[in-house]
Amino acid sequence: MAWEIVIGCEIHVQLATKSKIFSGASTAYGAEPNTQACAVDLGLPGVLPVFNADALAKAVKFGLAIDAEIGMRSVFDRKNYFYPDLPKGYQISQMDYPIVGVGEIDVDMEDGTTKRIGITRAHLEEDAGKSLHEDFQGMTGIDLNRAGTPLLEIVSDPDLRSSKEAAAYMRKIHSLVRYLEISDGNMQEGSFRCDANVSIRPVGQKEFGTRAEIKNINSFRFVEKAIDHEVERQIAVIESGGRVVQETRLYDPDKDETRSMRSKEEANDYRYFPDPDLLPVEIDDAYVEAIRKTLPELPDARRQRFESEYSLPEYDAGLLTASRELADYFETVVKQSGAEAKICANWVMGELSAALNRDTIGIEASPVNAENFAGLVKRIADDTISGNTAKKVFEAMWAGEGSADKVIDAKGLKQISDSGALEGIIDEVMSNNSQQVENYRNAEPDKRGKMIGFFMGQVMKATQGKANPGEVTKLLNEKLNG
Amino acid sequence: MALEKKDVEAIAHLARVAIDEADVEDYAESLSNILGLADQLNSVDTDGVTPMAHPMHMVQRLRADEVSETNQREHLQEHAPAVERGLFLVPQVID
Repeated sequence: MAWEIVIGCEIHVQLATKSKIFSGASTAYGAEPNTQACAVDLGLPGVLPVFNADALAKAVKFGLAIDAEIGMRSVFDRKNYFYPDLPKGYQISQMDYPIVGVGEIDVDMEDGTTKRIGITRAHLEEDAGKSLHEDFQGMTGIDLNRAGTPLLEIVSDPDLRSSKEAAAYMRKIHSLVRYLEISDGNMQEGSFRCDANVSIRPVGQKEFGTRAEIKNINSFRFVEKAIDHEVERQIAVIESGGRVVQETRLYDPDKDETRSMRSKEEANDYRYFPDPDLLPVEIDDAYVEAIRKTLPELPDARRQRFESEYSLPEYDAGLLTASRELADYFETVVKQSGAEAKICANWVMGELSAALNRDTIGIEASPVNAENFAGLVKRIADDTISGNTAKKVFEAMWAGEGSADKVIDAKGLKQISDSGALEGIIDEVMSNNSQQVENYRNAEPDKRGKMIGFFMGQVMKATQGKANPGEVTKLLNEKLNG
Repeated sequence: MALEKKDVEAIAHLARVAIDEADVEDYAESLSNILGLADQLNSVDTDGVTPMAHPMHMVQRLRADEVSETNQREHLQEHAPAVERGLFLVPQVID
């Protein structure tokens, strides 16, 4: 039977505030356990949560970026459940009146098409602490530094139809929150994680199948693998006469499988109710408009501008705007090198990206910054060095040997473009290889193209590769045919 | 709506409240009475009435995003029954 896959995603984005959503404790990552957990985060009796203005601003900013309804009046609710990393016995979240309502986002697929994905809502909530299950004399250790960290939970409609679409959606949201500077998006540190609701149904069936929720996926690669695995599992269950049970499953990347999280809490009865400690949050149009003014140029708009302003192909523009840092880098290179945008794009997507991938570092940590890279592209564009030499210069710059000009000087790599100097060298090569010259002149014109390569090779050898190839070709044609 | 014995047990479990087997009947009756009152309220026509989120007609005040708390771990952990390497220790939980 042919199956259709239906996926909806819940993405938890940690908002990049300095302090927690309801307390003045720091949100900095990596501190000693419980040194950033104050009385409010610990849920001690008598404390009152006070809402962080910046968490609100960042959530509204996201809502505006996806053209969503903004909750002019939003309400915090208590979601009740017992777990030791949640000391109050409830999580403060938003249920009926979230800060961000219905919106949408265009996701770019691998085949170049675009698919519009509905956003059901995005609500603010506090993160829980961390449980450490190592052996503490048969007990569990609790670190509450993360408790109270502001999260924006972005819930998609069940619009995704494959693991690839889910990964593309996740990438798009990741890129967007980084553009908006509302989150650092650091997946290793848990600032960006995804739960996927996965179900299958026979192609053509209208009703959704029973879904399983895969929790806490924190990499783009795992989201695809986890969903693929879960789909296979569900097909196997149904085709062998079984029934998919609604449950939460955990993806284990080491074994490449999902397994059921058998929760003792059989009934997921969260008994939501409005939190009496917090009043409704009301904002007005002036507030929303002030936030709108802080919106940067968004990825889709920037990609279109790259296509029109720099005459870049759609593919290049998409790649270069995938992250704000890369797009900024590229634009600095264009401005400072004065070179044609396409040349800049080729070198940024080529040598630079290859080196970054090879050493698995992000563009923001590139050992060659945009200004220096512009210096290199400038020397390619003004014919100081050939493309081949530029690769050597780049490697030297990458290894920390200084600016392009410094490397070119130090290694004597300046290209010889002076036609007088090149003519002398070509004359010498021709007189040393008179037989080849004769062969060339006797050859059919359609064979000559290949034969000229020999002379080019000799000139390059004589100049240690520094001769300007364009100039040499021109001069060789004149002299050999003349 | 009348609660049965098993409902009372489920509610007690969710709230982590220990109750005496002998008291279950009484709880079922008391809680059913409260639900009866809610049913009575439900009979009022509330179309067009915004649900009340808070009894006080005020809006939430916001706090500037500033770190104002210092590390008070030692003080805060004085009351914890068990602590190790800065962690609170609790009876083992495994998913």
